[in-house]
Amino acid sequence: MEFFISTLLFGISVGGQYALIAIGYTMVYGILRLINFAHGDVFMVAGLMGIYLTSSLGAYLSPTTILVSLILVLVLTVLLGFLIERVAYKPLRTAPRMSVMISAIGVSYLLQNTATYVTGGQPMTYPAIPFLSDTITVAGTPIKWVVILTPFLVVILVVALTQLINHTKVGMAMRAVAKDFETSQLMGIKINSVISTTFVIGSALAALGSMLYFTTYQAVTPTAGAMPGLKAFVAAVFGGIGSIPGAVIGAFLIGICENFVKVLPFEGATTFVDAFTFALLIIVLVFKPTGLFGEKATDKV
Amino acid sequence: MIQTKKNKTGAFLGLVAAVVVLALVVVLENTLPSTSQLFIVLKKGAVYSLVAVSMNLLNGFTGLFSLGQAGFMLLGAYTYAILTVPVAQKDTVYYLYGGSALNFSLPDLFGGVDTPQGLILGVALAILLAGCVAALFAWLIGLPVLRLKSDYLAIATLGFAEIIRAIFQWQALGPVTNGANMITQIPTFTSFNIKNADGEVILRLSAFVPFLVAILCIAVIVMLINSSYGRAFKAIREDEIAAEAMGINLAKHKMLSFCISSFFAGVGGALFAMYASNAQAKVYTSTMTYEILLIVVIGGIGSVSGSCIATFLYVAASEWWLRFLDSEMWIFGVKVPFLRTGFRMVVFSIIIMIVVLFFRRGLMGDKELPDLFRPRPKKTARKAGEHNG
Repeated sequence: MEFFISTLLFGISVGGQYALIAIGYTMVYGILRLINFAHGDVFMVAGLMGIYLTSSLGAYLSPTTILVSLILVLVLTVLLGFLIERVAYKPLRTAPRMSVMISAIGVSYLLQNTATYVTGGQPMTYPAIPFLSDTITVAGTPIKWVVILTPFLVVILVVALTQLINHTKVGMAMRAVAKDFETSQLMGIKINSVISTTFVIGSALAALGSMLYFTTYQAVTPTAGAMPGLKAFVAAVFGGIGSIPGAVIGAFLIGICENFVKVLPFEGATTFVDAFTFALLIIVLVFKPTGLFGEKATDKV
Repeated sequence: MIQTKKNKTGAFLGLVAAVVVLALVVVLENTLPSTSQLFIVLKKGAVYSLVAVSMNLLNGFTGLFSLGQAGFMLLGAYTYAILTVPVAQKDTVYYLYGGSALNFSLPDLFGGVDTPQGLILGVALAILLAGCVAALFAWLIGLPVLRLKSDYLAIATLGFAEIIRAIFQWQALGPVTNGANMITQIPTFTSFNIKNADGEVILRLSAFVPFLVAILCIAVIVMLINSSYGRAFKAIREDEIAAEAMGINLAKHKMLSFCISSFFAGVGGALFAMYASNAQAKVYTSTMTYEILLIVVIGGIGSVSGSCIATFLYVAASEWWLRFLDSEMWIFGVKVPFLRTGFRMVVFSIIIMIVVLFFRRGLMGDKELPDLFRPRPKKTARKAGEHNG
């Protein structure tokens, strides 16, 4: 029973972290119909920035320097997301869809290779954040506070985000652009600023996700963003790409299932953790071809 | 009548070009020092261009956005490796599992890797089977997932590739797949170098072999694209509903394209195992698929020659031309800044970004190499074609 509870807690927490990344995927997809392959790497870069900023801001880690550096990480990641959109995606707005996707893969390459160049390919250790990294004992197992707090934080953020989308002018513009790109342009919506806002929100959430994720799993390598990114994307597809609640539910489901597969009592269960996620996805897609909450696409002749 | 005539001259020119390329490869290999980076580029380029063309058949000509290429390559590579490890070497290769579960090897059935017929027949059969296994799995996975649309299909096939990768690393299958360890001691491209009695190489064929296989396979793909099946594929790409209304069986043609593409990806995987002289599951990640997709799109979606050109440019730039960026350099006593391990890949990714941003439709668009030498059509005709993009 104790084992069950701790596995569940870990699952929910990882799921929450995936959810924060998945929202970035799903929002961008909803508006641009673009799989933003670089999003996982933005998440990784945020992790690296956390390491470099905390170590350069102070010789010893006081709570203030850490807080300042985390805020800086947030700001810089947002800036990075904004820049990527402006440099790599905006010039291709009228290009074929595949070109934009390739541009995203190119950005992902660039970020990974730059990270390898800067770090020398060695895994870096994420600093311990005060309070979040402290452990408490729940049901007999020591657990970091971050594991307990993540789901609450995610729920608060998601509620705030849905409020933003449903009850503000920017949110209304976003919904309009997601519905029909060209018509909303004709209605006087500034497409570029809406898209930039989307990327800003997505990157900010990815930065938050990186803080929570790397506090739990402390090694940051240049490819550390690839798997969480892919999982988050799977979560987004799982819930139906373009739907924020779908992405969040998908992410929690995947996080929980993944942690239970990890502890299954048969030999080599850990090899199948990632594979299980994808198997689950394929099964869901076979029965619901556009994900759990996806809009049913109808072809017009 | 004119059409068939044109096709015949085209086929003849293609044949001549293939023979010239093959002869050139043999001559180059036997004149230049074998340590040259050029040969790595040639071998890897030949393998990758086959995989890129096979992906282009699916993504560019049939319009099915699939990201399973690395998975099918893995199937091909492992089929090839498992079937060709010489019986005498099995205990050393599979030492963790106390020998292999399969106690035969294809080259040994025909007289061993050291004899010409054993090597050629064994390897050819293994490559063929590698393709068949990949195609069989493609058929199995295609049954449920080919109903999916665009991005959903992409992520489902990507997931399938990851599942395959996990299965091949599973300890329980160790006696067959060697678990997470690589399968070594397989016949490679250098096994085809002809040696005299003293063991000295008299004729190098190690770059000729991948070129021969790749050219044969690409020729088959080109013939397929130019056949009625190919026209059906293109019709599906342009408009599924219209194609269906014209009497094209969507499910059948999609499955056909998927299986054939996977067959050649499997063959490419077998060749890649020969190139790398081992088969190891952790190489065939989604990054590899992205790499190939990148090549296909940079070459031009729907252009076979574009894929080949882009492959060689891509491989040459990443493996050869930019090598100097990885080591420190001094010019007139001044150290050039930034140069150290890893800088090559940074510059390389920036070049890719520039190409992607400035060549929106790839280097070749949807044209083929011979189209560039034909007189340009009139402006009105071109305008009408542009709406399809």
